[in-house]
Amino acid sequence: MTSPGFPMVSLEDVSRTYPGGVAALDGVSLEIRHGELVAIVGPSGSGKSTMLNVVGTLDRPTSGGVRIDGYGVSDLSDSELSALRATTIGFVFQHFHLAARVPALDNVADGLVYTGLARAERRRRAAAALERVGLGHRVHHEPHELSGGERQRVAIARAVAGDPPLLLADEPTGALDSASGAGVMGLLRELNASGTTIVIITHDREIAAGLPRRVAMRDGRVVSDSATEHEKPYSPGREEPHVTGREERQGAGRGQPHGAGREAPSWGAAASGGAA
Amino acid sequence: MAAPARSRPPHPRPRPVPARMRAGDVLRVGAVGLRTRPLRAFLSALGIAIGIAAMIGVVGISSSSGAEVDRTLSALGTNLLTVSSGTTLMGEAARMPVEAEAMIERIGPVRAASAIGKIGDAKVYRSEEIPEAQTGGISTYAARLDLLSTVGATVHRGTWLNAATERYPAVVLGASAAQRLGVGAVGPDTQVVVGGIRFSVVGVLAPVPLAQELDAAALVGWPVAESRLAFDGHPTTLYTRSDESRLESVRAVLASTANPEAPNEADVSRPSDALAAKQATSQAFAGLLLGVGAVALLVGGVGVANTMVISVLERRAEIGLRRSLGATRGQIRLQFLAESLLLSAVGGAGGIVLGAGVSTGFAAYRGWPAVVPLWATGGGLAATLVIGALAGLYPAVRASRMSPTEALATP
Repeated sequence: MTSPGFPMVSLEDVSRTYPGGVAALDGVSLEIRHGELVAIVGPSGSGKSTMLNVVGTLDRPTSGGVRIDGYGVSDLSDSELSALRATTIGFVFQHFHLAARVPALDNVADGLVYTGLARAERRRRAAAALERVGLGHRVHHEPHELSGGERQRVAIARAVAGDPPLLLADEPTGALDSASGAGVMGLLRELNASGTTIVIITHDREIAAGLPRRVAMRDGRVVSDSATEHEKPYSPGREEPHVTGREERQGAGRGQPHGAGREAPSWGAAASGGAA
Repeated sequence: MAAPARSRPPHPRPRPVPARMRAGDVLRVGAVGLRTRPLRAFLSALGIAIGIAAMIGVVGISSSSGAEVDRTLSALGTNLLTVSSGTTLMGEAARMPVEAEAMIERIGPVRAASAIGKIGDAKVYRSEEIPEAQTGGISTYAARLDLLSTVGATVHRGTWLNAATERYPAVVLGASAAQRLGVGAVGPDTQVVVGGIRFSVVGVLAPVPLAQELDAAALVGWPVAESRLAFDGHPTTLYTRSDESRLESVRAVLASTANPEAPNEADVSRPSDALAAKQATSQAFAGLLLGVGAVALLVGGVGVANTMVISVLERRAEIGLRRSLGATRGQIRLQFLAESLLLSAVGGAGGIVLGAGVSTGFAAYRGWPAVVPLWATGGGLAATLVIGALAGLYPAVRASRMSPTEALATP
């Protein structure tokens, strides 16, 4: 898969202020390239959910520029954003959001209803997606007949059935025991290996530690980004051992952002802003 | 696409276009709420169904009864005119001349004429033992032999008077007169007392819709009335059948022909008009009931609106999920509008079946032809769709305006 010349996700000095003056995002700049697997980690209230909503185009920033797969979010109307979500972005939620009393196959197939595909094709893709997440033998089970881990796999199947290039997962293991959680993380890694860009939001530093790139947030700012660590004035020691793992994994693609040159100052600004 | 790294994509890039939902998908998505909460859907559809059933039932029953009246009238004919002797200016009972019947028979378009004459003093009793005051409201009339064919009456039991029996103490009773006297079988042994003389009951009439005065009458022959009951020979009511096309011109001259000396005293009427008027009255009453049905329908619509509002509030997470899956605001709106329309349509269809069933059953019970007008069925269906659209509009708009992030935040 050849990655296009523009990043999958690009946030430029993005702020999101809620009525009442609470700044959930405060001047965040971030770039995620095609094929990356990124953890956004931070305590609750750090703005990571808002970040996911902004990246997922469910929320518009108060200021700053957001580009998803090359599209400027501010240039698009609400229905154009909906179309972008239908084709480009898959969501996985902590609480699965599966329809009760609906078999796994239909839960997944109904996720494609807004793509304009015919019903038979939706069901065919849903079956394939369930096969892909290892639930080929569970297609006719209803959510209450599945374990938590299996439910999350159904939700992931729904998110990837339309082959979106970007998958956003909000605490995907938050409602699962550690064994199921590890299974789900393994699945997300496999999906990433086959080319999907994945952003995982988590407050679990252990999970984040296993991922190639980690963006730490606090109070609406990015306080560290393992991709730009060498440019930062500080680096949290805990994350140090995993940096090499990420470098090995994505070594081939790493040259590009630095080659772009003009990106570097803004990254530096964001990092120093976060450190201040 | 292996271009050098840039933060802006190559131009121009096609803007994303939301896919149109297929009609089948709109219905399927709209039915989600009905499928997942069947009891609630059933109850709110029931509200609509009751309203529609009430309206269809009222319209169906009154149409069936109208059809019955039309059937009766077409069987009996609407060309019957009656002339009653009426009252004088002084308020006393007027008298038509003895020749009145013969005179109106000479009017060109009159096909047939017949007469009865009230015998005021002749009371009817089952036997001599009955106290004089208990007359039972039965009047005695002298009747011409051609009365039955002219008014369209039929004999329920026994026979009508004939040239022989009209000269002797023989009586034919109207339907309710026979009931009041307790006369079942007819024959020479069945006798009643008319004006103090025993008369044999030779026949009992079926109810006469166009001459209901005959139902509570005891009819005796003209000659026997004159010879035995002191009848003065003056007719009190004349019945005429005329050519339908010239009915109005006959009507215009009827009073002056029947009673040339005092045309103002004679009352001319058309009994079929009275039946039609009765029908009109019952239709006015049906209009009132229709209003009650409409109120029931309105209440049903409020029930649907209530269900939809609750449904939208409860399904915030689903709305958020659908938005994240790529549903536009319009598609969310469409989903809830479709759900509301489906709910009403299901209720409306049930109501039409129920209403049609009730009116058919009632018509069958009364022996009427069952009629459920197509306009009522179509109107009922249209009303439910309008109600469904109105009831769903506000909740649907509310659902579509919901911010997806807030909707998702409430699991």
